[in-house]
Amino acid sequence: MNQSTPPQDWDPSLVDDIVARHKGTEGPLLPILHDLQAALGFISEDAMHLVAQALNVTRADVYGVVSFYHDFRTAPPARHVLKICRAEACQAMGGEAHAEALLARLGLGWGEATADGRLTVEPVYCLGLCACGPNAMLDGAPRARLSEAGLDALVREALA
Amino acid sequence: MMRIYLPRDATTLALGGEALAAAIQAEAAKRGVAVTLIRNGSRGLFWLEPLVEIETPQGRLGFGPTQVEDVPGLFGPDLARHPKALGLVDQIPFLARQTRLTFARCGLTDPLSLADYEAHGGFKGLARAREIGPAAVCAQITASGLRGRGGAGFPTGVKLETVRKAEADHKYIVCNADEGDSGTFADRLLIEADPFCLIEGMAIAGQAVGAARGYVYLRSEYPQAIETLRAAIALAERAGQLPGFSLEVRVGAGAYVCGEETALLDSLEGKRGMVRAKPPIPALHGLFGRPTVVNNVLSLATLPFIMAEGAEAYASFGTGRSRGTMPVQLAGNVRHGGLFETAFGITLGELVEEIGGGTASGRALRAVQAGGPLGAYFAPHQFGTVYDYEAFAAQGGLIGHGGLVLFDDRVNMARMARFAMAFCAHESCGKCTPCRLGSIRGAEVLDKIIRGERRAENAALLEDLCETMKFGSLCALGGFTPYPVMSALKLFPEDFGLTPHAAALA
Ligand SMILES: Cc1cc2nc3c(=O)[nH]c(=O)nc-3n(C[C@H](O)[C@H](O)[C@H](O)COP(=O)(O)O)c2cc1C
Ligand code: FES
Repeated sequence: MNQSTPPQDWDPSLVDDIVARHKGTEGPLLPILHDLQAALGFISEDAMHLVAQALNVTRADVYGVVSFYHDFRTAPPARHVLKICRAEACQAMGGEAHAEALLARLGLGWGEATADGRLTVEPVYCLGLCACGPNAMLDGAPRARLSEAGLDALVREALA
Repeated sequence: MMRIYLPRDATTLALGGEALAAAIQAEAAKRGVAVTLIRNGSRGLFWLEPLVEIETPQGRLGFGPTQVEDVPGLFGPDLARHPKALGLVDQIPFLARQTRLTFARCGLTDPLSLADYEAHGGFKGLARAREIGPAAVCAQITASGLRGRGGAGFPTGVKLETVRKAEADHKYIVCNADEGDSGTFADRLLIEADPFCLIEGMAIAGQAVGAARGYVYLRSEYPQAIETLRAAIALAERAGQLPGFSLEVRVGAGAYVCGEETALLDSLEGKRGMVRAKPPIPALHGLFGRPTVVNNVLSLATLPFIMAEGAEAYASFGTGRSRGTMPVQLAGNVRHGGLFETAFGITLGELVEEIGGGTASGRALRAVQAGGPLGAYFAPHQFGTVYDYEAFAAQGGLIGHGGLVLFDDRVNMARMARFAMAFCAHESCGKCTPCRLGSIRGAEVLDKIIRGERRAENAALLEDLCETMKFGSLCALGGFTPYPVMSALKLFPEDFGLTPHAAALA
């Protein structure tokens, strides 16, 4: 979950270990993909290939699952990931305007990373903090009641 | 020994709770005061979080919203004059007016203390369920009138009875903790404040239908809840509280549609979260083709109360066919946001104006979205609507999972309608065309209306499209997205550049 710890380097035995941990369980694919992403930061073509082999399914099956879920990435993320809530309750507190202003200042679109690879800004649809909006999550840690200045401070913290 | 409570839940964490905890410990050390800091769950009074409580012989005194600079004053000399003093927490009107059955322990206890759980009546329901046996358990739950709190409001006892009667080598209990609706947080609050209650509820369901295995499908956006529930399951298993029943938390992956029960089952099986055509119903042909109970967190967490206190005790609350209590969640632009568990029968206006206190901004309250992204908008002239399943349905609305999102007079309802369509497009599983394509077309038509292109004609087209989505979609994602869209158009035509007359014709 915490992207500020650098992802481990690619090592096929790491995939084997993760697969081995879940293989005997019912419906092991999602837990495997979560663990892979937690360890490597994203799910590479090579990793998908190894998982498909280990579970005896096709590569297309694994790719189909990876591409279906918004959480899974197929390319490395920036060092920090800021998820800003775009759902209704946060909109009601002006969250969308704060987010747009931030993206404009950083010169980013949703889902894009800064050129120096330090920050990705992603949308999220509700963090369950809806009575304290607008809300966001930086590297897995929730932040609530974010004024425009508060959101800026959060970004400065990430980029520091 | 001074006993201080500070929640450990995601809200408190998001509001600087860890810095506050450190400040409390540091201040205590500086003063040489012995302190026990208990990290409880939230009481659900979110506008007061972080809410610090200090135990006194008279009861627990509250202070909030507390910042680090408020900490020294918590050690005296005059607690009543502390700038953040709230008096006895139990007497705060927002809490005192509630009927807490499902959430009775939330905020009172240490979420990960089994001793605390049992001291507050925990595991009494499960013991009773074991005593009376599966058929009687199902009968009790049916008699309680409990209906599913995940959205569809289906009678929980009937579902359990169906699974109980199904013949199979094994059966499953699946808890739907995907809680994707904006404006809802009751599942999260319960799991973070009283996880053993959900665990006990699932064990009761397992006992009722003869299932030995349970899964909790918990959304990835809730890392604190995942951690707390996993820890609680390990504690309960180690203490031998769950003989013959094993439980596992599975983490979602950011797909709203996986809250739909059949998509959820596909996801648990390790597939894309595609909605299945029904029948067969999951009760007969569910996870890995086995009979499966799929219930929301709140439905399952209400079973311990029903079993411990009896069906009558639960059914004595509520109105009409809506029995018991609903944990209403007040969210968005609301002054007193939080969880308000109350018997059905209160009005929408009482909830948003009296209890919620109107908007946080202090501006006029213009619209309320009830029941999440698939729920209709309500305007102030509808605030007399009684909060129960039937009365809301009669207004074209939805109780859903109990969320109420408030908007002040700066909201643009045409933009909210467009958001509803865009959200549906973003989250559609893609299996049926009305949802997958209808939502994309819907957003485009709304763009045209917003830009001012042939508004009346496009409004008629939008209505047509909504009818197709309502009747042609496989599940309620495509089937209910028209409700927020059309209610916005009918109630607030001026935001679409239309006269009320033109909107009525659409
Ligand atoms: C798009 C969509 C999303 C849903 N999301 C949830 C959810 O997050 N949690 C939930 O309990 N039910 C959700 N539901 C309802 C479930 O399909 C199902 O009715 C519910 O889990 C049954 O449990 P209950 O009877 O206890 O309410 C959703 C339905 C749809 C169509
Ligand atoms: S809507 Fe933003 S946290 Fe729920």
